[in-house]
Amino acid sequence: MKFIGIGTSLGGTQALKTLLPLLPPGLPAAIALVFHRAPETNDTLPNFLEQHSRMPVEEARDKTPIRAGRLYFAPADYHLLVEGDHFALSTEAEVSYARPSIDVLFESAAEVYGKEMLGIILTGAGRDGAEGCVAIKRAGGVTVAQTPVTAVCRSMPEAALANDAIDIALDVEHIVPFLVRWQYSKGSAG
Amino acid sequence: MVDSSNSQDPLIGTNIQRSNQQVLRLEQRNDDIENIEIKLLLEGVYLHYGFDFRHYAPASIKRRIWHCVREEKLNSISALQERLLYNSACMERFLLILSINVTALFRDVGFYRVFREKIVPRLRTYPFIRIWHAGCSSGEEVYSLAILLQEEGLYDRVRLYATDMNEVILARARDGIYPLEKMMAYEKNYRSAGGKKALTDYYTAQYGRAIFHGNLKKNIVWSQHNLVTDGSFNEFHVILCRNVLIYFDQSLQERVHKLLYNSLITFGMLGLGQMESIRFSPCEANYGAIDSLEKWYSKIR
Repeated sequence: MKFIGIGTSLGGTQALKTLLPLLPPGLPAAIALVFHRAPETNDTLPNFLEQHSRMPVEEARDKTPIRAGRLYFAPADYHLLVEGDHFALSTEAEVSYARPSIDVLFESAAEVYGKEMLGIILTGAGRDGAEGCVAIKRAGGVTVAQTPVTAVCRSMPEAALANDAIDIALDVEHIVPFLVRWQYSKGSAG
Repeated sequence: MVDSSNSQDPLIGTNIQRSNQQVLRLEQRNDDIENIEIKLLLEGVYLHYGFDFRHYAPASIKRRIWHCVREEKLNSISALQERLLYNSACMERFLLILSINVTALFRDVGFYRVFREKIVPRLRTYPFIRIWHAGCSSGEEVYSLAILLQEEGLYDRVRLYATDMNEVILARARDGIYPLEKMMAYEKNYRSAGGKKALTDYYTAQYGRAIFHGNLKKNIVWSQHNLVTDGSFNEFHVILCRNVLIYFDQSLQERVHKLLYNSLITFGMLGLGQMESIRFSPCEANYGAIDSLEKWYSKIR
């Protein structure tokens, strides 16, 4: 696994507070986060992430190189795409009523990383990410959703599950242990 | 010329190796074909219509091509290529899909605040001011600038050249008509950007739409211009090119940066998009930062 995509919106801060501190620094994968939020000047997300992540945090800019062991996040009001070995941004129209859109990140990343990609859908309103998870599955990657009953807003994980595009639904605190285990079992298998 | 003795398959006699390679090739085939199709389509569009998207950043152009394939109710990029070459109406729809970027009035309010606080005082020293907004899309940010210049008492000295590669979008921008319900959010942007009046002073509301007043448009010159294929057409005091370069690959970015540089007077000012930067461009050393956070630069040599 080389690339982990995380998508969330409503209730996301709560879920990330649990999930982020569990991510081990030095994880041999790049992580990219799409968090739906208002395109306001005072974006509080960078500080929040710095506070809770043990991995170095970086806002993805135009052509930012993708490096393992770092947590990237989509800037407010831009779509984030994976393009070869770097990120790309776009201001095309909203997708699933969102910009940044989880679908856009997941679809473009799945194409580049294929089997080496893991997608995570956390709590959130709407159904963004459901199509992106289908793309990850089609490319041979793995998908995880937060168990809807534990989500502040269950509709996003539910939409992905209803799309039959989720391999496993887990409570937030179990997601990182799962991906670490999966990472190392994969690693030993070659 | 290919020598016939060399054209023999070097793998003949090594069947196992060959079949392994074929399996590998089959796995990669669909991706490869897609990339070939995209290349052919962009080459064809360039040869036939002169629009050059060959050095656009691949991820987003691929998304938009597939979007167009679905809109046209086709099944493959090759089928779209055929329709594009034989049907110019399809080409217009394609061009629209490729050039739509959704922006807002006073997008990134800090950018406009810096314009008011740091760019305007410099502009006051010039008797006549030429501004180029390159890649103006549907015009929201052009009107933002016009409003600001009017409030600062500079508008009558300004000629504001607003260009886009797409004439359909340019016509929309020229009309200056926007959905009224969006104006509420824009009003907030306008105030945070340091607006001195009310946004409602600049437009007329009618049938659920907001139409910008004629006196805001009088010094704006709308014109079709393609940053990829057209050259410099004047020397400007200010150039805005926001969220356009993100769609280009590195080689094209370098080329367009040179074009922008050559279109600025010495001490002319360049405003880029929030996530863009002059760093790593070939012209980096020729600019000084006026406000590196809000992406305002000044040509210093």
